[in-house]
Amino acid sequence: MSKLNELNIASARDGLARGEFSAAELTEVYIQAIQAGRDMNAYITETPDVALERARESDARRAKGDAMGAMDGIPIAMKDLFCTEGVLTTAGSHILDGFVPPYESTVSANLRSAGAVMLGKSNLDEFAMGSANITSYYGPVKNPWKATSGPNQGKDLVPGGSSGGSAAAVAGGLAMAATGTDTGGSIRQPASFCGIVGLKPTYGRCSRWGVVAFASSLDQAGPMTKTVQDAAIMLGAMAGHDPKDSTSAPLPVPDFEALMTGDVKGLTIGIPKEYKMDGMDPEIQALWDQGIAWLKDAGCIIKEVSLPHTKYALATYYIVAPAEASANLARYDGVRYGLRVPGDSLDDMYMNTRGAGFGEEVQRRILIGTYALSSGYYDAYYIKAQKVRTLISNDFKTAFESVDAILTPTAPSAAFALGEKQEDPVAMYLNDVFTVPTSLAGLPGMSVPAGFSSTGLPLGLQVIGRSFDEGTVLNVGAALEKAAGLNLKAVTGASS
Amino acid sequence: MSLDKDTVKNIAYLARMRVADDKLEPLAGELSSILNWIEQLQELDTDGVEPMASVSDVVLPQRKDAVTDGNCQAAVLKNAPDSEDGFFAVPKVVE
Amino acid sequence: MSYILKGETGDWEVVIGLEVHCQVISNAKLFSGAATDFGAEPNTQVSLVDAAMPGMLPVINEQCVRQAIKTGLGLKAKINTKSVFARKNYFYADLPQGYQISQADQPIVGPGTIILDLADGTSREVGIERLHLEQDAGKSLHDQDPTRTFIDLNRTGVALMEIVSDPDMRSPEEAGAYLRKLRSIVRYLETCDGNMDQGSMRCDVNVSVRPVGSTELRTRAETKNVNSVRFAMQAIEYEAARQVAIYDGGGEVVQETRLFDSQKGVTRSMRSKEHAHDYRYFPDPDLLPLVFSDDLVAEIKATLPELPDERKDRYINVFGLSPYDAGVLVAEKDTAMYFEAVAEGRDAKMAANWVINNLFAVLSDRGVGISDSPISAVDLGKLLGLIVDETISTKIAKDVFEAMLETGDSPEKIVEDKGLKQITDTGAIEAAVDAAIAAGTAQVAQYKGGNEKILGWFVGQVMKSTQGKANPGQVNKLLKDKLDN
Repeated sequence: MSKLNELNIASARDGLARGEFSAAELTEVYIQAIQAGRDMNAYITETPDVALERARESDARRAKGDAMGAMDGIPIAMKDLFCTEGVLTTAGSHILDGFVPPYESTVSANLRSAGAVMLGKSNLDEFAMGSANITSYYGPVKNPWKATSGPNQGKDLVPGGSSGGSAAAVAGGLAMAATGTDTGGSIRQPASFCGIVGLKPTYGRCSRWGVVAFASSLDQAGPMTKTVQDAAIMLGAMAGHDPKDSTSAPLPVPDFEALMTGDVKGLTIGIPKEYKMDGMDPEIQALWDQGIAWLKDAGCIIKEVSLPHTKYALATYYIVAPAEASANLARYDGVRYGLRVPGDSLDDMYMNTRGAGFGEEVQRRILIGTYALSSGYYDAYYIKAQKVRTLISNDFKTAFESVDAILTPTAPSAAFALGEKQEDPVAMYLNDVFTVPTSLAGLPGMSVPAGFSSTGLPLGLQVIGRSFDEGTVLNVGAALEKAAGLNLKAVTGASS
Repeated sequence: MSLDKDTVKNIAYLARMRVADDKLEPLAGELSSILNWIEQLQELDTDGVEPMASVSDVVLPQRKDAVTDGNCQAAVLKNAPDSEDGFFAVPKVVE
Repeated sequence: MSYILKGETGDWEVVIGLEVHCQVISNAKLFSGAATDFGAEPNTQVSLVDAAMPGMLPVINEQCVRQAIKTGLGLKAKINTKSVFARKNYFYADLPQGYQISQADQPIVGPGTIILDLADGTSREVGIERLHLEQDAGKSLHDQDPTRTFIDLNRTGVALMEIVSDPDMRSPEEAGAYLRKLRSIVRYLETCDGNMDQGSMRCDVNVSVRPVGSTELRTRAETKNVNSVRFAMQAIEYEAARQVAIYDGGGEVVQETRLFDSQKGVTRSMRSKEHAHDYRYFPDPDLLPLVFSDDLVAEIKATLPELPDERKDRYINVFGLSPYDAGVLVAEKDTAMYFEAVAEGRDAKMAANWVINNLFAVLSDRGVGISDSPISAVDLGKLLGLIVDETISTKIAKDVFEAMLETGDSPEKIVEDKGLKQITDTGAIEAAVDAAIAAGTAQVAQYKGGNEKILGWFVGQVMKSTQGKANPGQVNKLLKDKLDN
């Protein structure tokens, strides 16, 4: 049975179909693994009863010949940013204390109706604000990987963030796959840190309805999986037009798995010269070069492209996202749900509740956002940032006139140790330097495990595609995955 | 761009967040350094560039004027820290 | 009609701009599918979107968009086929999102005009700056509990049109006329019910004063949420006097939000709002720009009803009514419809007289609206018909009118039952005339002596003996014939 949690979605689908094991058995294995792996702190809330009930329902469907597809009976972790009916939803924040939504987010509902089995709600940075999963009210998550050498050898490492619990759960064998959300890199960067696949779809591909909002113009849900094929399967179950989300794209969901032809011959891959930054870690550069070579070998045409406004993306992001967040988080006021800290007056109650309920990083971003929108600064900060966002988006549009996909590193480093980079917010923000531009442009981007650092930690490469062209992203990602030929057991086995 | 304590206090009030007095100074420092770093945007000439509020290029979808929701008082009040007789309750507001 | 305040330092004029919030008539709310009906149990007409649960998102109601376009067209305003929703950020217990979705620098409707009909029969044009769509807030109840305020979100998210005038008004009367005209227009359009007492139309009054002859705009004070035309006029009077007194005393008016105390007829500063507001408007990232085609605007334009101004012109030009009478009749759509039913196929001037001079007095005595008129338009029309075909005289008609009020019977029935049919039989009238002449030898002498006014005495005698039913024209003619011969 112990091998069951080394399976991926595609192989589990086949095993379930052949009757080699039941969804309940599969789920039971994960429930035990979760209990054994609590030290990782990957889950905020475990839902074994919900999981077993859904697994048995899945088995019952299958027994009747009504199995619903690849996700039926697959045990997954749900990032605790998705509202789940009847199950505590925290967004990693003290301020949502005790909040049990009377509704189910569209994405989690879609997964549920595809038969997926929810194992629990995975840990995350508070309100998805962070790049190391250290801002969660429920404590930091540990990366299942450990450095085999170097200064961090043996230390607890961060899983990346904000979807750190999801990434760690998948990498550590505590879920077969997980949902993530990505605002500036929150799926891709932890995927890179934990050696898994993380796909941020095009903005509008997955509904935001029922997902606790961080920055509405950037937030996008996506799959975090062991393989590229799994990402394709899971995205298919998550995505789709939702009339309840005005920004949801009214487009049909393609069969992403079928779009992965394995043939990338003749595709033109752009290499943005501005991503070769001063002081870049040579290991990251080497990995990138290796990725370029692999794609060349697979028949791709490599072309240097220019994304001239790249260096301004992070600063742009750190205006746009906090500004939107400052308004999105205004609803946490102690009146209708969550934490209330009493006060002598309404204002006093607000101040006490929000002062105690939000952690430092969230408060920092709310303050930056409030300031950027305030009278006298709006033009200099918010409007300026929106204009630069236009320039960044235009950079990609120009580049995609001559290339089919873009290849970059996912993150500027491997996972770092818990406690590192915590003093300087800006140093922490730099983790997202390669992922943020894609978010600002709303484009699909995927991190694929492509190699290891000299200290034995996984590193990812990012494939960026045209708007709503996740198919090409997945196809190129699969080519990288194949060329890299990483031993998946090594990845998932690292925790034990 | 450098923020002083009073400005931080004022923004914190706008955002209705209690910040302890001894936290104001360090927070002012952190926020100033973030804003200084953001200052780099000012080097870019953005005259005539349209601000981008959304990456979507579709128009705003509209729904039909039908009553399809509501009548769920229990669900609305279920998570409330304080409620009575179907109302939410908050500390007395004096106008 | 100038409204001048005599201050110690000179003459002052008042500058008034109005911001009126009109609740849009729609089944469901602006951004959620919850109902909009007035007076439901607390928090029952609330969706999870209205309660701002985490992850809830707004989707716009197309009917609210159409209503805003329609109202804009009724105000002869520019319709912006692209507009943007913005978040207006502030904290209040009945504002669950912590922001109101409104429109800031790109509203759905741009500049327009409204024509005021003033009491002296003159008209005056006032500019509309803009109309935008926004969410209503919920309701705070402060008097249910000694230590707590109770919150009902039923109104949260109901669509409002905020209609902002230019600072074009110069007297309380003009402001009153503006509010009445605006109410009339939205009622004609059926985009808002205009019921100020129920809060479906609310007014923020911006007042400043300046020396007569000056063109500067001085600091204004905004009095919020005034809920009747009369209160708005009172608030302006009070504010204007207050501000003049401040300037006279060498002080400066401060820009602030004030409340109107309708019991005392005064405005007072809202202490709770003394902290400077900074609403931090920015485009709502949950909503894309609202874009619609010129075709939609044209389609809605084609459905516009005849509005009060056009109707008034028609009454003047086609019916030959005076501008005053026409204005009175068109002010309320129900009145205009009543009038037109009475006038249908009859003398419109006569119909207007009866409605304005007779019916309005009754309605105002009884304190009811035209829709609750004790006499239906059909019956009033029939009464007029009886006058025209000489079945009864105008004088008898007034008695019949009174009887109709008392009994609710049709005029024909009353005339029949009471035998009020006019006597047109020459023989019968002649007998009564002869009798009168015979009885009034002294009066005959006076008449012959040149006192023609005495004729009235004879008419009176004849009417007395016929219970007023003799045809007055015939009576006059016969009397003259006989007395002159």
